[in-house]
Amino acid sequence: MFETVAFYLFSVLTISMFSIVVFSKNALYAMSALAAGMILISGFFFLLDADFLGVVQIIVYTGAVMALYAFGMMFLDTTQDIKENITHSKIIYGLWIASAILIVFAISAPIVTNHLMLDAPLMNPDLFGGTNPQQVGVILFTKYLIPFELAAVMLLVAMIAGIVLVGKKMDDSITLCDSYDEQMTIEEFDVKDEK
Amino acid sequence: MTLTHYLVLATILFVIGLIGVIRRRNLLMLFFSTEILLNAANIGFAAVSKFYDDLGGQMFAFFIIAVAASEVAVGLGLLVLWYKKNGSIDLDTLQKMKG
Repeated sequence: MFETVAFYLFSVLTISMFSIVVFSKNALYAMSALAAGMILISGFFFLLDADFLGVVQIIVYTGAVMALYAFGMMFLDTTQDIKENITHSKIIYGLWIASAILIVFAISAPIVTNHLMLDAPLMNPDLFGGTNPQQVGVILFTKYLIPFELAAVMLLVAMIAGIVLVGKKMDDSITLCDSYDEQMTIEEFDVKDEK
Repeated sequence: MTLTHYLVLATILFVIGLIGVIRRRNLLMLFFSTEILLNAANIGFAAVSKFYDDLGGQMFAFFIIAVAASEVAVGLGLLVLWYKKNGSIDLDTLQKMKG
């Protein structure tokens, strides 16, 4: 009973929040609605006994990703409404038809897969004991250790890329600081000469 | 609550994100829509993970979250760079080659 009520409540709220994101003209409203939708999605993870995933969803999405968007939007002009010239062409209608077909396939897929049965679950949570975060930890550091390390390297690469792209003077080499100082002094002399 | 309920919900959210990707011309809104798409997939993975008693789905959801975080870091950096250069993040201004 509780699960049913919670499921439908979270469904309605999530769908309405994401609809605001997609159809809103103001970028700030869209971002706030997206943050709310991310928190509401973590409710589904708690309903599905994926406690650790729900906590990670709140921390990573609303803590890191939305904060990054908020700081990124300081660089962009978001005070005025977004003007978009939406053109209706044959490509758009083709994409609508393709997405409608995708909906039909995606909704009918569970009906077909109901006949599929997994004979021996590879990673049954009951095999590991303990709570959900403990099970996740055991699997993450045994079977999925290499993907975990690769994800760590990927995040490091993304962090360096983000810093280099946005930071000022990042395309200058740090080891060439001496020549950089010389350039500065020469420029200063030029300015004095002009005066 | 059955698996079908959760999968239908994930489909609806995915379609909302897909409408956003098709409809919006602003690059920032396009990034928001891709976040919706990734989250819809995450719900599907978590639901399958529970109803088939297999933790693999949750693992894949974790890696999707990692991919989404790095995508945002790099994508937002490129977006800010493009805005500084051109003063607009409309998708139509990206058409330089007129292919």
